[in-house]
Amino acid sequence: MRKYLTKKAIIYLITFFFAVTIDWVIPRFMPGNPIHFLISRFATLPEAVKVIQSYFTQAFGLDKPLHEQYLNFWRALFRGDLGISIYLYPQPVAKVIARSLPYTLIVLLPAVLLSFAVGNRLGAFVAKKRKLDNFALPIFYTLTAAPYFWFGILLAWLLGVVFRLFPIAGAYSFAMTPSFSWRFIVNFLYHWVLPFSSLFLVMLGGWAIGMRNMIIYELEANYSRYLESLGASQSLIRRYAYRNAILPQVTGLAIQLGTVVAGSLTTEIVFSYPGIGYILMQGILNQDYFLIQGCFLFIILGVLIANFLIDIFYVIIDPRIRKSYTGEV
Amino acid sequence: MTRKEFAYFFLRNKKVIFAMCVLGFLTFLAVVGPYISPYKDPLAFVGLGYQPPSKQHWLGTNTFGQDIFTQLVHGLRTSLFVGLVGGSLATVIGLLIGFVAGYRGGWIDELLMMFTNILMVIPTLALLIIIAAYLPYRGIFIQSLIIGFTAWPWTARAVRAQALSLKTREFVDLARITARRPLKIIFGEIMPNMMSYVFMVFILQFGGAILAATGLDFIGLGPTRGMSLGIMLQQATLWNAIQLGMWWWAITPGAVITLIVATLYIMNTGLDEIFNPKLREM
Amino acid sequence: MRDALLTVRDLKIYYRTLYGYVKAVDGVAFELRDGEVLGIAGESGCGKSTLGNGLVLLKPPMKYVGGEAILDGKNIMALSQKEIKRIRYEKISIIPQYAMDALNPTKKIRQIVDDLLREHNSSFEEKRELIEERLAIVNLSKKVLNMYPIELSGGMKQRLVMVISTLMNPDVLVADEITSALDVSTQRSVVQMLYEMKEKKAMKSIIFITHDLAVLYQIADRIMVMYAGKVAEIGPTEEMVRNPLHPYTKMLLASLPKIGVRFVNERLKGIPGYPPNLLNIGPGCRFRERCPKAFAKCEQDPPIFDLNGRKVSCWLFERGDER
Repeated sequence: MRKYLTKKAIIYLITFFFAVTIDWVIPRFMPGNPIHFLISRFATLPEAVKVIQSYFTQAFGLDKPLHEQYLNFWRALFRGDLGISIYLYPQPVAKVIARSLPYTLIVLLPAVLLSFAVGNRLGAFVAKKRKLDNFALPIFYTLTAAPYFWFGILLAWLLGVVFRLFPIAGAYSFAMTPSFSWRFIVNFLYHWVLPFSSLFLVMLGGWAIGMRNMIIYELEANYSRYLESLGASQSLIRRYAYRNAILPQVTGLAIQLGTVVAGSLTTEIVFSYPGIGYILMQGILNQDYFLIQGCFLFIILGVLIANFLIDIFYVIIDPRIRKSYTGEV
Repeated sequence: MTRKEFAYFFLRNKKVIFAMCVLGFLTFLAVVGPYISPYKDPLAFVGLGYQPPSKQHWLGTNTFGQDIFTQLVHGLRTSLFVGLVGGSLATVIGLLIGFVAGYRGGWIDELLMMFTNILMVIPTLALLIIIAAYLPYRGIFIQSLIIGFTAWPWTARAVRAQALSLKTREFVDLARITARRPLKIIFGEIMPNMMSYVFMVFILQFGGAILAATGLDFIGLGPTRGMSLGIMLQQATLWNAIQLGMWWWAITPGAVITLIVATLYIMNTGLDEIFNPKLREM
Repeated sequence: MRDALLTVRDLKIYYRTLYGYVKAVDGVAFELRDGEVLGIAGESGCGKSTLGNGLVLLKPPMKYVGGEAILDGKNIMALSQKEIKRIRYEKISIIPQYAMDALNPTKKIRQIVDDLLREHNSSFEEKRELIEERLAIVNLSKKVLNMYPIELSGGMKQRLVMVISTLMNPDVLVADEITSALDVSTQRSVVQMLYEMKEKKAMKSIIFITHDLAVLYQIADRIMVMYAGKVAEIGPTEEMVRNPLHPYTKMLLASLPKIGVRFVNERLKGIPGYPPNLLNIGPGCRFRERCPKAFAKCEQDPPIFDLNGRKVSCWLFERGDER
């Protein structure tokens, strides 16, 4: 078990190292030399050019040898220095990201956890029930096939514009300032419903289909057959199958994490929800490369941490790993 | 499975038949659409803005007076192209890496799987963003390549597992005893036994590539020239099409994407039922 | 003669396939007496496993076509889902062929046992003593109860399944190929354990399915030989082995290696040819293609002839004695 987690942790460390290196290499070695491209692009804005140049000389040290530049990049990173945002000049990128992060998390986390819980139940419920399955499956497929942000657009249009039930922009009304008053919380939740629902529903479809397929395999397994041979009820057999089918679903959660995060970023854009995705979009539109790079690192860091948490959870629920049984997971 | 059995289950599977019809129709639309549309250039300003669907503009116009139907059929072409190229590339890379890792084993396996696992944890879209952001000029072909080169890890892992299980089967042993070259064994013995599986992987990669491209386009990293369904959605959002109630601009392109991808998933499930007797309903 | 616990009459269990029905069990009749071990033998594909499994759990693609199996006054092939649930485990139970793979890998043994017993209005605590006693018979420590199946070896899992399957002291136990995956020395001890469990009233009667006549000779009171979905011959073990009636039984026995006989002196006699394809098979004795004594009458289905308590399904015995 310790060996398993250590191995995973090493992979994640290497991944992080790899990601940081990509982050460093790409602006430097992409065809067309993006850094020069970047500087020339802001030639009309002398102030921005000054920021970029001073940052490059400071953190990258463009005049220094490559390996030193690389080390400097790491040093800056450990100081939490991700550069200065051009779009929100002169705020540090780290600060901009830290301010947006809570908004992303408050939509993303409940959506992931709730859709996982509900989707798995639903999928297990419809599996091997012919009529119900034929009815539910197309719905699940449509949900999971929809691009997250488009589903957001659809909900915004239907519930926000046609029926005018929910607001479709921002995290709270313009007139308000964040505080711990009831009025603000209600207003905040009111704005939260649509972004949350679009993430929740699209993910729900995916989990339901995954569980449906897994549990069908488990219900065909020999241990299910044995239970049935000894007169066990369908509910016990399904309970056992569910217990086993949930394991690959948890692994699936880890694999899907990247897609899910990407989905939440694009959904924020639809609802102008001020999370990481929204500022990333602003960064791209304004060619704010430090901001883009910072977001990239932050997203990867987040995904890595989440992956590790899932691994720990997996160890808890799968005795095969706890008993240091060697198996590919 | 004999050819007769395959044909029987194929023709009997409603999911596959449905999927074939929808995909056939969409491909037809992508090929013929640009010719039957009254307007040639999807970017040309051909009418008044804000027009709902009508005889002149089958799917209305956007804020600037560009024809939505024309944009849609051109965008559909782009999407199918990206799906085909990106999906094929990802499938091929995944197959090769998975096969080699599973077949050779040892340190090659360890190394390849380490690399695969690393790429798998990095969110593809994040990687795409960082690469695409620094490419000043992007065409759909470049976009497909980027997607293909980042989407293969899960396929490699799945194929490796399959190859491991197939490797131990007798016919492979037989080929090995007769001292045939590894590549010959892979392509001669293992591959044919996995064709159905490979095809299903391709279908999923096809849909995945379309979704990934849509996401990239939407955040503004799509092709710098040309039209795609994702770009339509991006523009619709930027120009407040939702708030203005222009559903024909904001909803239609995404509905087409959803239709394509859902159909591909349904096809995949249908094929699974055909190839896997346990899932069949007798 | 002892009472019949289970009476099977003209039982038909087919497999549905794309090309029609595979008649795996086609008109089988026999009775299982109280307290006996009935061995069922035959080549693979003769329908013996389908018969054993079908009696306990009939699932698609298996299809119950006709006939009956009377246990406790009821035809268990035609019971409602609710009724059959009570019969299973309490009246008829099985040690499946896949015993080593029959336990959910992610649940503790104790939990599995408790869940199963609770489905039959009992519980682990209630049966704790019995469980420990039975575990001792099969040479397992009670520590296994707190382990996961993955921590046990294949042999341990199989012995554990022997215990679990019989906790409700069923009337009938179907033991399906329980020795097939074992080496000869373990085969012996497993058969012995099963016998000891029977002595301790873990079950009344056993249907012991195997392709291995040598094992049957050790444990079975009577043997039923099946060929291509039909009963070839039923009779007491000793008599059957010493004086087989059906040509197929003769050949089956002749194909057994004998101790002390070397190949040089006596060649092992295999049975030439292969069993027929059971898909949409027509009438007539199914062994006639391979039978050295086949004659014109064999084109008709042979009934079962009774010869002083021995039963044989072969036209040679139409007049009571071999012609």
